[in-house]
Amino acid sequence: MHEFGLAFVTAFHLIADFDPGLVGIVGLSLRVSLTAVLLSALIGLPLGAAVAAFRFPGRRAVTLFLNTAMGLPPVVVGLIVYLILSRSGPLGVLGLLFTPTAMIVAQTLLIVPIVAALTRQIVEDLLVEYGDLLRVMGTGPVTTLFTLLSEARWSLLTIVLAGFGRASAEVGAVMIVGGNIDRVTRVMTTSIALETSKGDLPLALGLGVILMTLSLSVNFAAAMVRETRRA
Amino acid sequence: MLRRSFVLGCAAAAALLLGSVQPTTAADRFITVASTTSTEDSGLFKSILPKFTEKTGIEVRVVAKGTGQAIDIAKRGDADVLFVHHKPSEDKFVAEGFSTERKPVMYNDFVIVGPKADPAKVGGSKDVSAALKSIAAAKAPFVSRGDDSGTHKSEQALWKTAGVDPTTGDGWYRAIGQGMGATLNTAAAVSGYAMTDRATWLSFKNRGDLDILVEGDKRLFNQYGVMLVNPAKFSHVKAADGQAFVDWLVSAEGQQAIADYKINGNSLFFPNANEPGA
Repeated sequence: MHEFGLAFVTAFHLIADFDPGLVGIVGLSLRVSLTAVLLSALIGLPLGAAVAAFRFPGRRAVTLFLNTAMGLPPVVVGLIVYLILSRSGPLGVLGLLFTPTAMIVAQTLLIVPIVAALTRQIVEDLLVEYGDLLRVMGTGPVTTLFTLLSEARWSLLTIVLAGFGRASAEVGAVMIVGGNIDRVTRVMTTSIALETSKGDLPLALGLGVILMTLSLSVNFAAAMVRETRRA
Repeated sequence: MLRRSFVLGCAAAAALLLGSVQPTTAADRFITVASTTSTEDSGLFKSILPKFTEKTGIEVRVVAKGTGQAIDIAKRGDADVLFVHHKPSEDKFVAEGFSTERKPVMYNDFVIVGPKADPAKVGGSKDVSAALKSIAAAKAPFVSRGDDSGTHKSEQALWKTAGVDPTTGDGWYRAIGQGMGATLNTAAAVSGYAMTDRATWLSFKNRGDLDILVEGDKRLFNQYGVMLVNPAKFSHVKAADGQAFVDWLVSAEGQQAIADYKINGNSLFFPNANEPGA
């Protein structure tokens, strides 16, 4: 049990000393996961709303696909991105394997289905309420989408946070496509995996404490925005 | 009104993030080295790479995997240099044209670790074959890498020499398909035996009840080799900078840097670039 105590002491020391290695790792984690979340929101929110608002052939199949893809195993997504970005793969010329960009791509693929699938459900529920009104007003498709997304924005914020949670917590995809290279592609989760494999369990758990603190801060910030804007 | 604030919020978030997206490191001169967990986890690279970078200005980016996976990364052209420890695989890599030359760099040795209670009674033995036979006979838990790494391949060869096929046993032989550290963590958790390279063991912190029980057998020798990925095969390979790293590792300076890396006064790797046939 004393490992748990040690973990908190380790975490406290790492934060208090403003450990430069740690600052870089935390910065990269935030940069990769927040960028992936932003891209996912830009793609997933309109996509989910469109699937909910418009009737088109194959709509149910798309819904089923999005719902299933929410459970994509990170390690499988990592492997697919790895094979595509490898020098021997179709996009090998770009030389993106083992870079933060590759990690962003993998995480975006992981989160887009989550954002899109949950957005679809929320917007669909909203349509029950607003559908008639929008039809009466005769708004165009783009305006309809924006109105719906805007009306649902606080629920959508929770979805985006769920996406961030998934991105910042996953290790399978970033380990494979990033390669866990020191100071280049090493993020919080891959550091935890590395320290575990070195047998330094208190340090690994300490990093886990910091990662959760970070996640808490992001969620807290979102909650603050929500409260102030609502008031 | 609501829509505008939503769009504004999105735009602000985008600006914030794009502003933060910048190259992680200033150095644009770097090579990618596919290597093994033992060289990374033991802290060797952290000790020697800054010396190379300081001298040449070339940053070395290490992707540390098991030898099998490291070779695969190099074969796909995703690394400039391969630095691993399984000579037969390395010779095959060269024979297949993925490199033009393999150079021996250093060695260390494998050891068999196990619980201090030592149910198979192998402690102090210098005969690894006899020790493995005893472990099999006692059906004592043995945790194997099972991941096609250099260590795993060497372990399999030793079982063969001992005349035992551990995979037919009834559950005492556990191939976990993970790295050296995870294997040692597992062995510590189940009070089992495991084969590890000495460097990883010396730097490993979660030893639990485990101790070195078998060491010193010549068959436990563990040689490391380095090779530049063939630029004729992959035109994007950074041949000059990669070769500079290979040359430095086997130079007097690189060899000294390897010898200088110690934990608690123990050397982890022994340079032997000049040993013929190593």
